[in-house]
Amino acid sequence: MSKKKSRRDFIVIASYSMGAVGAGAAIWPIINQMNPAADTLAMASTEVNIGALEIGQALTVKWRGKPVFIRRRTENEINDSRQVDINSLRDPQADEERVQKDEWLIVMGVCTHLGCVPLGQKTGDGKGDYGGWFCPCHGSHYDISGRIRKGPAPENLEVPPYSFISDNVIKIG
Amino acid sequence: MKSSIPNSQFKNPVINWIDTRLPIFTAMNEAVGTDHPTPKNLNYWWNFGSLAGVTLVIMIITGIALAMNYTAHVDHAFDSVERIMRDVNGGWLIRYIHMNGASFFFIVVYIHMARSLYYGSYKAPRELLWILGVVIYLLMMATAFLGYTLPWGQMSFWGATVITNFFSVIPFVGEPIVNWLLGGYTVDNPTLNRFYALHYLLPFVIAGVILLHIVALHRFGSNNPLGIDIKSDKDMIPFHPYYTIKDFFGLSVFLAIFCVFVFFLPNFLGHPDNYVPADPLSTPAHIVPEWYLSPFYAILRAVPDKLLGVLAMFGAIGILFILPWLDRSPVRSAHYRPMYRVFYVIFIVNMLALGYLGVQNPEGIYIILGRTCTAWYFIHFLVIMPLLNIIETPKALPKSVSDPIFSSGSSGLSPAASRKLK
Amino acid sequence: MKRLLLLSVFLLPFTTFAAGPEVKGVSKDWGFLGPFGKYDKSSLQRGLQVYTEVCSSCHSLKYIAYRNLSDLGYNKNEIKAFASSFTVVDGPDDDGEMFERPGRPADFFVAPYANDNAARAANGGAYPPDLSLITKARGGGANYLYSLLIGYKEPPESIEVREGLHYNKYYSGNLIAMPQPLYEDGVEYADGTNASIEQMAADVTEFLTWAAEPEMEARKRTGIAAISFLLIMAVLSYIAKLQIWSDVKKKKA
Repeated sequence: MSKKKSRRDFIVIASYSMGAVGAGAAIWPIINQMNPAADTLAMASTEVNIGALEIGQALTVKWRGKPVFIRRRTENEINDSRQVDINSLRDPQADEERVQKDEWLIVMGVCTHLGCVPLGQKTGDGKGDYGGWFCPCHGSHYDISGRIRKGPAPENLEVPPYSFISDNVIKIG
Repeated sequence: MKSSIPNSQFKNPVINWIDTRLPIFTAMNEAVGTDHPTPKNLNYWWNFGSLAGVTLVIMIITGIALAMNYTAHVDHAFDSVERIMRDVNGGWLIRYIHMNGASFFFIVVYIHMARSLYYGSYKAPRELLWILGVVIYLLMMATAFLGYTLPWGQMSFWGATVITNFFSVIPFVGEPIVNWLLGGYTVDNPTLNRFYALHYLLPFVIAGVILLHIVALHRFGSNNPLGIDIKSDKDMIPFHPYYTIKDFFGLSVFLAIFCVFVFFLPNFLGHPDNYVPADPLSTPAHIVPEWYLSPFYAILRAVPDKLLGVLAMFGAIGILFILPWLDRSPVRSAHYRPMYRVFYVIFIVNMLALGYLGVQNPEGIYIILGRTCTAWYFIHFLVIMPLLNIIETPKALPKSVSDPIFSSGSSGLSPAASRKLK
Repeated sequence: MKRLLLLSVFLLPFTTFAAGPEVKGVSKDWGFLGPFGKYDKSSLQRGLQVYTEVCSSCHSLKYIAYRNLSDLGYNKNEIKAFASSFTVVDGPDDDGEMFERPGRPADFFVAPYANDNAARAANGGAYPPDLSLITKARGGGANYLYSLLIGYKEPPESIEVREGLHYNKYYSGNLIAMPQPLYEDGVEYADGTNASIEQMAADVTEFLTWAAEPEMEARKRTGIAAISFLLIMAVLSYIAKLQIWSDVKKKKA
């Protein structure tokens, strides 16, 4: 009797378990449809012509819907950012690690605190205490290498993947 | 202290703690659990109620996923649906489930209704249960029609045009009412937007009416194939585990059939013209409704007068509301009604014929057939049903479900029925 | 009796559509039909060539992007090269001007006309429809398209072909605005296949069927898995049902 009963329980449990597994598998497409779609993923790279940018000027472009800050830095700015004691930084990183060509700083214009866009790209903007960018949301200050110097943000501005296709054209993504 | 709280009786302490304060588990148990006594002789036709419930859940879940990717604008609707089909992860699967799910929802509900008609489930004391069911059916038709507009193909556009024009038959205020429905002088962007809003809303209204439908069901419990009232506990079994496993088996078979359509014949039930973007300047050569609305479309066309045609069509559905009072026979199940059984089969064949005629061009023999079938539809309900009570002699009913000993005369009738006879 | 009823209710949708308007044409035994059907990649590639060299001069294919051509068996570099052979109008740029640039894999197939009205004007008022969904948007699907493409014959004497129309054996009404698109050796196939009218028609039909239903192979694969799973679940739950119900049935007997 008990043997019979346990076999019966097994089959009942097995069939309901299949139901649970099936429901789980069916739910996956419902979740996955919220991930970026194929056309969104295909737009993952963008080419930017930077030939018209003078020394000291900045350019903001959109990549994956987010702003990318491109800054053609002056000799002084490059020197300033290289003289900083790396160990004193919250997110220690040398300026050389953050650029491919000294003159060109290319970083995501997204504050690493909570995702606002920092000020400092336009000539009239406040550039914060370190001459780079200042995030108005919660007061994070970034230097001219995009590194976090003061305020709540935990990390430096992210450097997106990019490459120089020619001297005047970069490809982001 | 302990004794002052009337405790629930669940083994699991967490469930017990919650249920003592919020008796949802007790409610579930009474709905589909061990505390829900069910006649033990229900056959597989009784599976379709729970199947309809599952189908609604599938439709709501896939619908919400589609809504996340759909754009309700005349310039983007068609494109956004194609984007779902091509670029959104698993989008084709979700859309094909939703598209074919609508058809299968109707298949399930039609069988559910046919079951009710055969076994007399709409009769006293379950009249309101039946009426709530008809309300659900009406809401389903409205939801399906609204949803069919959203892909903004040719059939979407012209279907919406034709159906909204039904309301133009209303005397004096017809024209303003149509313009009010459309938000303009023709089906256009405002129409699409409001149809989308309502298409999202109505399924939840349906879910609400289903709750009422279930409450009404539990008042007197399920009818059964014999159509007699259940007198002893001996004839009852708890819903769980008996009907949970039976419904689960039925669901597996249903889903397997459903998958054949979703994966291998996804457009079989649809119409090619709906893959042509809507064009307000050219009507497709053959406009046909979706198959599940086809019988009523046939009735509409059978009447050569515009106003009367629309009235006949709405009347065909409206007649279902008074069905419990048209059928005066005290015997529920067609098992014991030799004449009703014959007319039932004729009725089903007639419905299938109407469904077929609704998608044919109204010419030649089809016009005559359409009129005959339409007439029969109304004769069945308005003449045959009331008449049968007078001319039909029901067979003797068994005394109980487990004791099918035939008794003669009125003593074998259900208590409700015998009360009526007095 | 009951079985018959059940069957008839399930068959309702079938019967209602059995007599839809059909274009009488040729039925070809396509490889993509059936539950295990697959597209023939080399045929798809040839079909792309026919579309590009013939159809695309009038018909757009707007829901297909160059990146989708990976389904046809092309690699990234081939797709990039193919895309860059087309000129895409982009913009506006910083000066507010539209500009031209070579196509990228993410771009959708470049349309032959700037807009629908331009397409209509260039074709004597008859709008050449977009082909992305053509096999789904016509009753008869692939067979309809194939028949139409091979249906250009000498008109019988009884039919008067009016100016601007063309005789087609398989088109409903037999008079079509589109002039015959395919001629023997109209394209020179890269893989050396003999470019007969039937061959080109079959290839471009295969290609456009893919364009309409690029998900078909994945769909059928998923379907086989899902249905097998559900059938096992049905068998298991039926055994479970018999066992749970055994005491009820026993009492009855």
